[in-house]
Amino acid sequence: MFKQTSAITLMNLRSLPQRAGMSLATVLSIALVVGVLLGFLAMANGFQKTIDGTGSEDVAVILRGGSQFELNSVLSADQFRIIETAPGIAADADGQPLVSAELYVVVDGIKKDLGTEANLPMRGVGLQAPSLRGQFELTAGRMFEPGSNEIIVGEAVLDAFEGFALNQTIRLGTNDWQVVGLFSTGGTVFESELWADIGVVQNLYQRGSSLQSIRARLTSPDAITELEAFADNDPRINELDIFNEQEFYASQSGTLTTVINAVGWPLAIIMAIGAFAGAWNAMYSSVDARMREIATLRAIGFSGGAAAMGTLIESLVLAAVGGLLGAVGTYLLFNGASASTLGSGFTQVVFAFAVTGDSILAGMIMAVMIGFLGGIVPAIRSAYVPLLTVHRSE
Amino acid sequence: MTSLYTLTDLSKGYTRGKESITIFEELTMTIPEGDFMAIMGPSGSGKTTLLNLLGGIDRPTSGSVECQGVRVDKLSEGKLAKWRSQNVGFIFQFYNLMPTLTAAQNVELPLLLTGLSGKQRKERVATALDIVGLADRKGHRPRQLSGGQQQRVAIARAIVADPKVLLCDEPTGDLDRKSADEILETLQLLNTDLGKTIVMVTHDPSAAKYARRELHLDKGRFVEQVQEPAQ
Repeated sequence: MFKQTSAITLMNLRSLPQRAGMSLATVLSIALVVGVLLGFLAMANGFQKTIDGTGSEDVAVILRGGSQFELNSVLSADQFRIIETAPGIAADADGQPLVSAELYVVVDGIKKDLGTEANLPMRGVGLQAPSLRGQFELTAGRMFEPGSNEIIVGEAVLDAFEGFALNQTIRLGTNDWQVVGLFSTGGTVFESELWADIGVVQNLYQRGSSLQSIRARLTSPDAITELEAFADNDPRINELDIFNEQEFYASQSGTLTTVINAVGWPLAIIMAIGAFAGAWNAMYSSVDARMREIATLRAIGFSGGAAAMGTLIESLVLAAVGGLLGAVGTYLLFNGASASTLGSGFTQVVFAFAVTGDSILAGMIMAVMIGFLGGIVPAIRSAYVPLLTVHRSE
Repeated sequence: MTSLYTLTDLSKGYTRGKESITIFEELTMTIPEGDFMAIMGPSGSGKTTLLNLLGGIDRPTSGSVECQGVRVDKLSEGKLAKWRSQNVGFIFQFYNLMPTLTAAQNVELPLLLTGLSGKQRKERVATALDIVGLADRKGHRPRQLSGGQQQRVAIARAIVADPKVLLCDEPTGDLDRKSADEILETLQLLNTDLGKTIVMVTHDPSAAKYARRELHLDKGRFVEQVQEPAQ
């Protein structure tokens, strides 16, 4: 059986050039399906990876009760001072509590790829802010001087937006800012931000002394319960929402990742149905073109099963070639490519497409399924080619 | 001579819509081992149908086809395929070679159904191609060969597994006279020197002359005409 099947498979594959157009169309349609699927998965994976890497479990994010996003939240300087005294908060070497008051405003940046304006987050922070981001590193230049119009720029912003090179002055709204440093936070969301002194941001954006969020380094992840109990019981502070920073970002990424997946998979499946029809048609044509050959082989004594297997393997080979083409194409085109999208705070989150092994596996499984489903009926048909077809002239 | 085939009360018909068409009815005959028989007759007389029944690629409506004690008409599809591979070599009017395979690979096909090793298969293929005079064309693909050469490759394929009988359907129908004569001489040689039983369907009287005997099939009946071999 093996010798029969391999002989028939070899003949089928060798005869592909005679059916080049139809076979190529099948390969390309399957490549397109896998390409689209992998493109969407790469986007979802890349975004998820960026968000998942953001936040640490021993940092608490404190917002006004019910606000959900930093952009909606408003907190007072008094609330900040009270939180500084709360239990469960870690202190630095000098005994100062590791707490950062932050203001989050939106500015317009020009995207390098499209030349269009897009929302960029500018975070007003104190000098404590870096110590609340574990992977913070100044990669060039220096920290901004408090009280000055200086900003430090996340590396993702530098890559995706115009005008943020080191030492450059950039006009954002009605204000000019001097880029004095570049920073990295290990590929997390914070790299999509501009940081400036909170006092200057409050002043230029007429926010008085208000804040939008407070970040606090906890003595341990469990210490968040002490902080929550303190906030609930202290009558001087209104209701606050306190989140574990890691969970805060994970929950915010969920919606977008779900949307990407919810569009990507159905689109790929609809396209897969089209590719399946194409594969079926191609394999039917393949069997049609070889009816006399198949009948001759069966007259010689080859089994119907071997003829069917030969047809099915041909279909699977075409599908696998298409799948690989789609995967390699997507990898070369998209993997590591930078993109940005609106994050939870209505600002751009820059992330890199990630074509992962799991996605490629999913794409290849889909391709092979198309090949199998497209080839199975023509394969069965080839097993039952009437033997009298041997007398056909062509 | 021992009989190779015994056909008893063999009938074949088919239906087209509501119409029943009888090709032949209650045909009884024997084909001795070592025979070279030409079956002639007008179009639609059932020559090729008879050949198909002998080769086990079609089944009779009634009656029996027996080949050396085996009821061919009763075999299951799987057993029939095996029986064909061991007992029958087919030669078709349009050669039916696999266009993507070389002459040697085409000839090797029936041997893939045997337990022979690669080396043994290669030797058998070389012998078969030598018999038909195409040893130097073993690497050529069908489109690189003339019609006569393609038919000789088909003959080599038919004999390579050493079957008892060669069933030829208009083997010279697509060839010029010279090539046709060469093919017929080869078939005659296979019959006289190698003892192959040959049943050949043809409408060409000069081709039929190469056979030991001619059988004329007309209106479902045989009219036998015995003759001496042409050479």
